[in-house]
Amino acid sequence: MQKEYTVTVYTEDRIGITNRITIIFTRRGINITSLTTAETEIPGVYKFIITVLSTREKLDKVVGQIERLIEIHRAFVHEEEEVVYQELALYKISTRSLHTGDIERLIRENNARILTITAEYFVIEKTGHQQELIDFIKKLEPYGLIEYSKSGRVAIVKWSRRFHEHLKELQAEDAEHGL
Amino acid sequence: MQQKDVLPMKPEIADKQLTVKPVITGSEAVIRSLIAEGVDTIFGYPGGAIMPIYDALYDFQDQVHHILVRHEQGATHAAQGYARSSGKVGVAFATSGPGATNLVTGLADAYMDSTPMVCVTGQVAAALLGTDAFQETDVIGITMPITKWNIQVTRAEDIPAAMAKAFYIARSGRPGPVLVDITKNAQFGEFEYEYKKCEYIRSYRPLPELNKEAVSAAAELINNAKKPFILCGHGVLISGAEKALIALAEKAQIPVGSTLLGLSAMPVDHPMYVGMLGMHGNYGPNMLTGEADVVIAVGMRFDDRVTGDVGTYVPNAKVIHIEIDAAEINKIVKADVAVHADAKPALEALLELVKPAQHSEWLEEFRAADKKEYEKVQHRELYPEAGELKMAETIRLISEKTKGEAVLVTDVGQHQMVASRYYRFKNPNTNVTSGGMGTMGFSLPAAMGAKMGTPEKEVVAIIGDGCFQMTLQELGTIYQSQIGVKIVILNNNFLGMVRQWQQLFFDKRYSSTEMVNPDFVQIAKGFFIPGKKVTAREDISAAIDEMLAHKGAYLLEVVVEKEDNVFPMVPAGAPITSIRLE
Repeated sequence: MQKEYTVTVYTEDRIGITNRITIIFTRRGINITSLTTAETEIPGVYKFIITVLSTREKLDKVVGQIERLIEIHRAFVHEEEEVVYQELALYKISTRSLHTGDIERLIRENNARILTITAEYFVIEKTGHQQELIDFIKKLEPYGLIEYSKSGRVAIVKWSRRFHEHLKELQAEDAEHGL
Repeated sequence: MQQKDVLPMKPEIADKQLTVKPVITGSEAVIRSLIAEGVDTIFGYPGGAIMPIYDALYDFQDQVHHILVRHEQGATHAAQGYARSSGKVGVAFATSGPGATNLVTGLADAYMDSTPMVCVTGQVAAALLGTDAFQETDVIGITMPITKWNIQVTRAEDIPAAMAKAFYIARSGRPGPVLVDITKNAQFGEFEYEYKKCEYIRSYRPLPELNKEAVSAAAELINNAKKPFILCGHGVLISGAEKALIALAEKAQIPVGSTLLGLSAMPVDHPMYVGMLGMHGNYGPNMLTGEADVVIAVGMRFDDRVTGDVGTYVPNAKVIHIEIDAAEINKIVKADVAVHADAKPALEALLELVKPAQHSEWLEEFRAADKKEYEKVQHRELYPEAGELKMAETIRLISEKTKGEAVLVTDVGQHQMVASRYYRFKNPNTNVTSGGMGTMGFSLPAAMGAKMGTPEKEVVAIIGDGCFQMTLQELGTIYQSQIGVKIVILNNNFLGMVRQWQQLFFDKRYSSTEMVNPDFVQIAKGFFIPGKKVTAREDISAAIDEMLAHKGAYLLEVVVEKEDNVFPMVPAGAPITSIRLE
């Protein structure tokens, strides 16, 4: 059964690493629905958080093939309920709508906040799951939505015990090898 | 000034003197790196973007032998042949653009068949990258999915570390091809050279630790098995585990079947050896996968040509999978016991825990199947009395006359299957073929490489008429570099394997498979390579003798039966036990 999965990958900081990871999904015809990547707390180690619509069986094999790449530390597949995750969206709205009373209530009720205000527009930030963020668009549309932008997923694994320790050990190992 | 020289130096100055590193160009660093890695042979083809490296090579001709091929694809296959016969890393050079793209087939082939190879390509200067400069191509992007690793080097000082990593990655763990792309400015740049071999990359663990519990679980399965069956793959050869495998088979009396690339790991005449697995393999080892109760797969990846329909494969067996590449475990066939390890230590550990056993009745089943195959197929193939010459009888004669001790380099198609079925391999690493990719044109250049890698051995290339015409320009290399390979063309004037499928599955609609061939002996003559054409049964034995007696390269064209088929055969996608004898 196809469903949404989160794949996390820990990598070295190398040109082209994104390409190396994504072609493994491409080969099996799996569409990546979102991809977030940034440096971890350990300099030089990156974390990719990828969401896909696929099957567990396929993804277990994909993850094996990703881990086989030289510059990959580890890769994991997570079921929806194994991760705590958030996405972040920004909404740019025409400043004229500030004069109506509703927008204030809307922001408060949806746990959103205003990041900046200029004479022409203001920017609202909201975090949540994809559907909430999309639903919020509909609520804002009457006020004159100018632009919308949403991040991919940021996730924390519920069962993780010592990822942070493990990454620090990598650093220590490097030192042992005089790197 | 002269006086200064004889004065004892202060200790700190003396130390400094000793650690002064030579300032050399990036190009020279490439060659020195190769020498540091023990490379003695390079197969390559020069061109604009790699000219500085070729210029540096000029000063090292006494230490590194460069073989000028006729096409870059030939360089990769030669490097593969060299690696597969010698166990060392094969090395190929090519220029940027078309030179680099011509490496693609060989890289993909080496990747599929786990062959250690380092390809060095020249690249346009770093400042021109991405500008569509003359002969610029994104070889890193192109080869990403078909190399174990690749890297672009844009500064001279990064060359030694890149080369060291390349060799370490190519040869360690499950071996594979690596490509190092070096921009022209990096080749020209000067820096203080120092070479340190690479033995560690923090994100790469090539040698998994042997899990003793998994080995115990495997031993228990084997000790309780009534019908155990070993599937021997390429990993046995790569790991140097042949002796351990044979010892295990002997101790517990377990029959051994081999994949195409596992051939030669076990001598064909060993009593526990029962033949080749897969689509055109032997009858017994395919049929009896259906009966085995424990399958011990060693260094193999359950290719679809071996399993047939996976859903019906080894239906009654518990599967033990000994494999160094974690990504292969559970990829195709679910392992009941996975031993994620290098084959040799795994088999040695297993050998200690496995109890001596007899499986006479089980072995008898293999012998009975063998007899059936011999009577229905092999006898008429190996000893025909009338009709046109057959591929199998030619291979039988070559096998007898070389005592099974030659390095057999086959191409792809009917002749490959026939050669693999009937050559009686005696020693490890004497079977060089394109297994996973099935690259037509592989054999001639691979045979050159195999001969360079193991000059003391007789190297015989078995090639189909179609395959030969894909890379025949390498005859030029063979002549120029005086490489003493024996070339046997089994000519049926057809793309035989495709024709066989057309006959069996496409109502004999022979769409674009018949070949109008040139005079192969004349072609060889044009390259100053002697040769002979044989069409009659009474001439074949003497012709093979003449070829083998000839010092240096020789081409023998054997005109064989035009519409012969290779049997046994399993139709693609069918259960492997549906193997047909006719």
